[in-house]
Amino acid sequence: MGSITLKQVTKSFGDVNVIKPLDLHIREGEFIVFVGPSGCGKSTLLRMIAGLEDTTSGTIEIDGEDATAMPPAKRGLAMVFQSYALYPHMSVRNNIAFPLKRAKVAPAIIEEKITAAAKMLNLTDYLDRKPGQLSGGQRQRVAIGRAIVRQPSAFLFDEPLSNLDASLRVNMRLEISELHQSLATTMIYVTHDQVEAMTMADRIAVFNGGIIEQVGTPLELYQRPVNRFVAGFIGSPKMNFIDVDMKAGDPTCSLGVRPEHLKITKQQGLWSGEVGVIEHLGSETFLHVHLANGSTLTVKADGECPLQHGDKINLTADDNKIMHFDGAGMTIPSLSWEEKAVVKSA
Amino acid sequence: MATTQSRTLAKMMLLPSVTLLLAWMIVPLCMTLYFSFLDYNLLMPGENEFIGFLNYEFFLTDPAFIESFFNTLLLVGGVLFITIGGGIGLAILLDQAIWGRNYVRIMVLAPFFVMPTVSALVWKNMFMNPVNGLFAHFAEFLGVAPIDFFAELPLLSIIIIVSWQWLPFATLILLTAIQSLDREQLEAADLDGAGPFSKFTYIVLPHLSRAVTAVILIETIFLLSIFAEILVTTSGGPGYSSTNITYLIYTQSLLQFDVGGGSAGGIVAVIIANIVAIFLMRLIGKNLEG
Amino acid sequence: MAINHSNKSKLVYTLLAWGISGMLFFPILWTILTSFKTEAEAIASSPSLFMFSWTLENYSDVLARSPYFDHFWNSVVVSLGSSLLGLLIAVPAAWSMAFVQTKRTKNLLMWMLSTKMLPPVGVLIPIYLMFRDFGLLDTKLGLVIVMTLINLPIMVWMLYTYFREIPHEILEAARMDGAGIKEEIFHVLLPIALPGIASTLLLNVILAWNEAFWTLILTAANAAPLTAFIASYSSPEGLFYAKLSAASVMAIVPILILGWFSQKQLVRGLSFGAVK
Repeated sequence: MGSITLKQVTKSFGDVNVIKPLDLHIREGEFIVFVGPSGCGKSTLLRMIAGLEDTTSGTIEIDGEDATAMPPAKRGLAMVFQSYALYPHMSVRNNIAFPLKRAKVAPAIIEEKITAAAKMLNLTDYLDRKPGQLSGGQRQRVAIGRAIVRQPSAFLFDEPLSNLDASLRVNMRLEISELHQSLATTMIYVTHDQVEAMTMADRIAVFNGGIIEQVGTPLELYQRPVNRFVAGFIGSPKMNFIDVDMKAGDPTCSLGVRPEHLKITKQQGLWSGEVGVIEHLGSETFLHVHLANGSTLTVKADGECPLQHGDKINLTADDNKIMHFDGAGMTIPSLSWEEKAVVKSA
Repeated sequence: MATTQSRTLAKMMLLPSVTLLLAWMIVPLCMTLYFSFLDYNLLMPGENEFIGFLNYEFFLTDPAFIESFFNTLLLVGGVLFITIGGGIGLAILLDQAIWGRNYVRIMVLAPFFVMPTVSALVWKNMFMNPVNGLFAHFAEFLGVAPIDFFAELPLLSIIIIVSWQWLPFATLILLTAIQSLDREQLEAADLDGAGPFSKFTYIVLPHLSRAVTAVILIETIFLLSIFAEILVTTSGGPGYSSTNITYLIYTQSLLQFDVGGGSAGGIVAVIIANIVAIFLMRLIGKNLEG
Repeated sequence: MAINHSNKSKLVYTLLAWGISGMLFFPILWTILTSFKTEAEAIASSPSLFMFSWTLENYSDVLARSPYFDHFWNSVVVSLGSSLLGLLIAVPAAWSMAFVQTKRTKNLLMWMLSTKMLPPVGVLIPIYLMFRDFGLLDTKLGLVIVMTLINLPIMVWMLYTYFREIPHEILEAARMDGAGIKEEIFHVLLPIALPGIASTLLLNVILAWNEAFWTLILTAANAAPLTAFIASYSSPEGLFYAKLSAASVMAIVPILILGWFSQKQLVRGLSFGAVK
């Protein structure tokens, strides 16, 4: 229960193609995150899977069954919305009971399920309150409670944490991850926050302009992004990109180095520049270094970094940590370090 | 944004309203249009001959039409002017810290709930009557000749009555709008050294523009077809000096039984209302949705 | 806003506000007072505000002169009936406009509102003739139909503005939770929009109660609501001020009380979403 297959799925509003032909297989029980900048089509795709939007062409299969034309209620999916979408006029108890009542579940069983869900989500004391009397985190948990009592074949999360403040977001992230581990149900999670994607996902699908740029585990995306977009989107702070002059026989158009891979060196490095803003985080320090050609590199340094604003420094990076991109922004695979490792060992 | 299913459903749910309004608008309008080309008088049953645009010619060249056209404009414009001007002033006053604001608001709101026939009768008899009216008593007290309002100032008298009815509405809408004004904006203006006058012109008035638009729209809808106030007070007179187009057509069709002429007048009224409507819709489209 | 010398300015504003609102309210107050006077006191050249011999005679006279309660009942049936019927037609339309928006939605709304601008005189004769032919003249049913139709655009508009404030996601959540359209509307939309629906209903009851074009033209003895009952006092007989006042008070008091109790709801709905 809970595998979803998208085949050549598209969506257009009038002349605007929001989703270009797209294939994706979501495995049973996996936690997949759709991540991308706003307007990339990730939420639209989620709503298409939910049945809240029509699919313009292509098919959506849920557990091997064609669900493209099924109304939302028949798909056996549950959704948690960004605004929680709780029924404001109903108590927490009735909010959670609503889907069960619609499914004509016997009252005794409903009561049992509510009790279990409330216990699991720490809502037992709040069952008789209205959503308006709850905090953001509690509302979020009610929304989740409403979703889990139905025992859906998959959960759909639409940016569920973006209305919470930063510390609460970290807690809820953990709670949802734990929920996934205990329920082992398929979860599709949409977010624009790559940290959420990296920390929670089994697999991440990176969306951009209505297509999926790359699907893979968090580490795959971090280590082997297929193009400059994915390289720049995954990882925090963002990867540094440096344009280079094209040389004959080398398609490299720009280089990419992550801040954590840049090293400050006393010797002649690959780049040299002047230290601008210094951000001390305690455990680490981010330096913004202005190069002579006008571009700025972000460098991750130790927590106790003695450098001052205006210091001149040299920067270098291991060869295998530098990515090369061609004119179209694609990663040049011949230079990927896996292959280099093969060459070395040979 | 929705699915085909919900869109189909949505169309079905719109259907009753649209059909009814369409029928309510189109069917009688077509009949009116048809009648307007006939020589059709209820007192003279018979052939109801087709007479082309003759009814229109009679209606449009009738001096009464010109007069009632301008009366309509004056009535609508005058009431809008008084209610919006007075409404802004009252709204600002009621927005201040005052004692017993709830009672004040109830008193201000009250005239809105008074039916037009009642307010017209009360004003006509108990206030504006030249002999027994309160205004006449007051004039007597001051030693000046009382004004015979409906003989000397018929249209103005009606404007006063109607303004009294609509001032509460305008005030309340504008008051709500003022109360929604972001106080930080005013504080920022204080810091920038703005005086009360420039605060009013540059912050309060622009903030009110949406509400003013709403007031104009809603009042105009109702003011274009003012009827009872005229029927009860002046019956359009003296002469045609307080007849608006609605009342003119009423007299023609139901008092003189000239269905053809009245219908032609009705069509003219529809055209005028459409011109006003297009103008208003533009205003609304710009101001209300934005 | 006024922070310094606040009490002094508060006093000035209070006096000003009470003065102006008192003037606006005065005609109603005066009518109420006059209704308790004798006819002679009512037209006295130096009228007294409170110092007169209070009497209920006018009320009993009015009740004896015309079947007030019949008119009252007609008003209740017509205003409540047309408002409820209108709600029945307007709620689905507003649902569909607010939650399934298309490019045409805005134009459709504007068109609906524009029918409200159609001057009643434009359709007066055909409606009159049709009513005559269908036997609807001077019937409550006829008035209910007309009132429903003339207030329908306003109802759709008002409900639309209320519905639009309800997040789509709540209805979508209901859909995901297995609610059909009926359950979506009755279990989710209507309970949430209840304050808005109540104020729509109220406003329309008031508008219908006070409507004085069609009620005057389409009714005679049987279905005449209070507007027509009062209009009959415009004849010379109306110069009996005290009786006129008593009749007026009886016509406006029910709606005045209703309006005062619901003023907060009314304001929001009436502003067509222009004022939040």
